Amino acid sequence: MSFPKVNAVIVGAGAGGGIVAKELALAGLSVVLLERGDWARYDEHNDDELQSQRTPALGNPFGPDDRRHRRVFVYPNGSTRIVLPSEGAYSNNAGCIGGGTVSYGAMAWRFMPQDFRLRSTYGEVKDSTLEDWPISYDDLEPFYEKAEYEIGVAGDYTNNPFCGPRKKPFPMPAFPYNKEGRRIVETATRMGLHPFPIPMLRNSVPYNGRPACIHMRSCVGFACPVNAKAGTHNTVLPIALATGNCQLRTGCVAAEIIVDDRGHARGVRYFDSDNRAQEQPADLVMISASATETARLLLNSKSKLFPNGAGNNNDWVGHNLQGHCYVGAFGLIEEEVYEEAGPGATVGISDFNHGNPGLVGGGMLANEFIDLPYRFCDVRPPGEPRWGKAHKDFQRRYYKHVVRLIGPVQEIPNFSARVSVDPAVKDAWGIPVCRLSGTRHPYDLQGGEFLSKKAEAIIKETGATRVWRNGPSLWLSGGQHQAGTCRMGNDPKTSVTNRFGQVHQIDNLFIADGSLHVTNGGFNPVLTIMALAYWVSDYIKTGWKGSKFR
Amino acid sequence: MSQDLIVGIAGANGDGVSRRTVLKLVAVVALGAAVGVGASAGITHWGRTAPPPYRFFSEAEAKLLIAICEQIIPRDDTSGATDAGVIYYIDRQISGPLARHQQSYRLGLASFRKTCLQVYKTPFEELAFEQQTDALRLIEEGNAPNDLWGDPSQKAFFDLVLDHTRQGFYGSPRHGGNRDYASYRMLGLAYPNLIGQNRYANGRPI
Ligand SMILES: Cc1cc2nc3c(=O)[nH]c(=O)nc-3n(C[C@H](O)[C@H](O)[C@H](O)COP(=O)(O)OP(=O)(O)OC[C@H]3O[C@@H](n4cnc5c(N)ncnc54)[C@H](O)[C@@H]3O)c2cc1C
Repeated sequence: MSFPKVNAVIVGAGAGGGIVAKELALAGLSVVLLERGDWARYDEHNDDELQSQRTPALGNPFGPDDRRHRRVFVYPNGSTRIVLPSEGAYSNNAGCIGGGTVSYGAMAWRFMPQDFRLRSTYGEVKDSTLEDWPISYDDLEPFYEKAEYEIGVAGDYTNNPFCGPRKKPFPMPAFPYNKEGRRIVETATRMGLHPFPIPMLRNSVPYNGRPACIHMRSCVGFACPVNAKAGTHNTVLPIALATGNCQLRTGCVAAEIIVDDRGHARGVRYFDSDNRAQEQPADLVMISASATETARLLLNSKSKLFPNGAGNNNDWVGHNLQGHCYVGAFGLIEEEVYEEAGPGATVGISDFNHGNPGLVGGGMLANEFIDLPYRFCDVRPPGEPRWGKAHKDFQRRYYKHVVRLIGPVQEIPNFSARVSVDPAVKDAWGIPVCRLSGTRHPYDLQGGEFLSKKAEAIIKETGATRVWRNGPSLWLSGGQHQAGTCRMGNDPKTSVTNRFGQVHQIDNLFIADGSLHVTNGGFNPVLTIMALAYWVSDYIKTGWKGSKFR
Repeated sequence: MSQDLIVGIAGANGDGVSRRTVLKLVAVVALGAAVGVGASAGITHWGRTAPPPYRFFSEAEAKLLIAICEQIIPRDDTSGATDAGVIYYIDRQISGPLARHQQSYRLGLASFRKTCLQVYKTPFEELAFEQQTDALRLIEEGNAPNDLWGDPSQKAFFDLVLDHTRQGFYGSPRHGGNRDYASYRMLGLAYPNLIGQNRYANGRPI
């Protein structure tokens, strides 16, 4: 069946898609928002660690489900395996209204000015597609601010001399440090570093009609029972729906972007919640399905002028898959540093993001979200037993006595780390699935060694008695911080969209999600994804007035 | 206790619960109390009567698996895997969301049994605790006779049971394990993790 034509059809109601829906609907465009998942209901999962988006032992509570979705993972030795969404190798983020923003940890980082200019700051890295972004920090600054105010960020950068310039303060005061955080702040300050409170997409005071945080220990990986954590589902999406211009269709799985023989996007073909094939025609098509699924959708959209998938005539779609190599250090400490105040991550250190002698990039360090008991089973120094009385003793003795500093290493883009479409395996709707292959760039080992040693030096100074590092690995990146598969750029030969997320050669096809990232910063990515969604929307709204995309 | 309940129900009767319903509920409460008294002698855990039948495992498989899980998380001055009902967690989950592992358990437990008979000439359950530990380490490290193992390999089987035992012991009690919040009590974690009375419909608080 085909529906009446609308101005814009958006695929994915996550971080990027939710914002675009609100911006376009508020500007008066008629919008259909297709989301494969549904509203997350707190009652269905509550504080259950085995149904956390972080440790989905019994399936992803915030989607996608193991029953209908699949991917193919290609190991470095060339062997392949079909993987389910709740398995690590699937590289999942989420699949519900709000996407990752329902269950995320809500750290709200702006990238630094240098993060947009890595290539010109550091020069070429061998065998890498390292490049500058086609936009600068200054271009994005007003949109970072908009995200901070509209979604809602609590923070205070007084003690962070490394951040880019900002015009306005955070809309909410920062959260206080927890016990572990205070120990790290004391230590790091003594060492001449500059610790500061982590900015959070979470209400420290009542804001935007939602209450302040009640500090559940089960926060990251879970929905917030009082809606104090801000995502697109409880901020911009309700506004979009209230305009009357945005129709949200849940349980709808996009299969293909319809591109006509003249190279125009005509709409989206999808399966509705009853698995019936449907078509939604539109003046413009926006893909915000996350870095892995957006690439898959483009690759599955073959047409006369784009026989290898929409926007893929130069074979860049799906390449440069990035995420974050997380490294850091842990220490066992006499003092009981555990505090029953979730989510637990309170202090950040940005001294090592840039300006590290001999190193391209670097990364932020932060103390960790509370590890719930099952996840804690693997928090161990090298050589510790994995089971038996000794393992149990360790749990009992140290659960509340660990100080941690970990962080995301700025990854160096690797063309061969990629999402393609599997030639044989299909999902429950018969749509060819993602095939994930490649590894991180070898340079990330250097960055990871560096950052974990910095963390180790600080943890040692906290008075911890036993300290160990978690080093880097070359394992293919992606997962929660997936990015980079449809990079923006000025040269159509080496990028997928222009600087406004507009797919090269298909003027009415846009992307707004993590796929656009040229590089993924030494920070969690979501605030940048949000800022980009505002930036792309702004361009569309401006052009729309002259009916440029009709 | 049943007194309180009856009072409570009688109160509800005024709000429209029929008298027959009240009588039925009273009967159920009384019966429950009687069974509880009869069966709880000598049992430390509230509400534990005869163990429910397994959904997937045979009695023999369950017996072996219980012994393996107890090695992974043994009882000392606090509960171990057996006390916490880890077997019920595994049994329930591989009859549900983890059904893809059924074959691994069926074949893995059979290989495990044969391994012990060949190497120790004794069923695992009958070995002394320290010997059991040695046997399990042999399998963990992949050093048992390989011809007794196919898919799953001995290492893969060990890792599977290890992971599921941790889940059953340290996860939420709602899935059959972690009885009486055994692990939360051991770790000194507040339980249950109560929150406000907030409820949601269509993503909005009601
Ligand atoms: C547990 C967890 C913790 C995290 N913590 C942080 C943090 O502290 N800070 C931070 O910056 N980031 C964090 N993240 C990451 C953050 O959530 C993501 O970076 C962000 O959500 C990505 O935005 P996106 O728009 O690219 O994709 P998403 O938010 O994933 O949205 C994509 C949407 O598209 C839908 N979709 C996909 N394919 C289709 C299709 N074919 N048809 C219809 N709909 C489709 C999906 O269901 C999803 O809703 C965390 C993520 C998780 C899961």
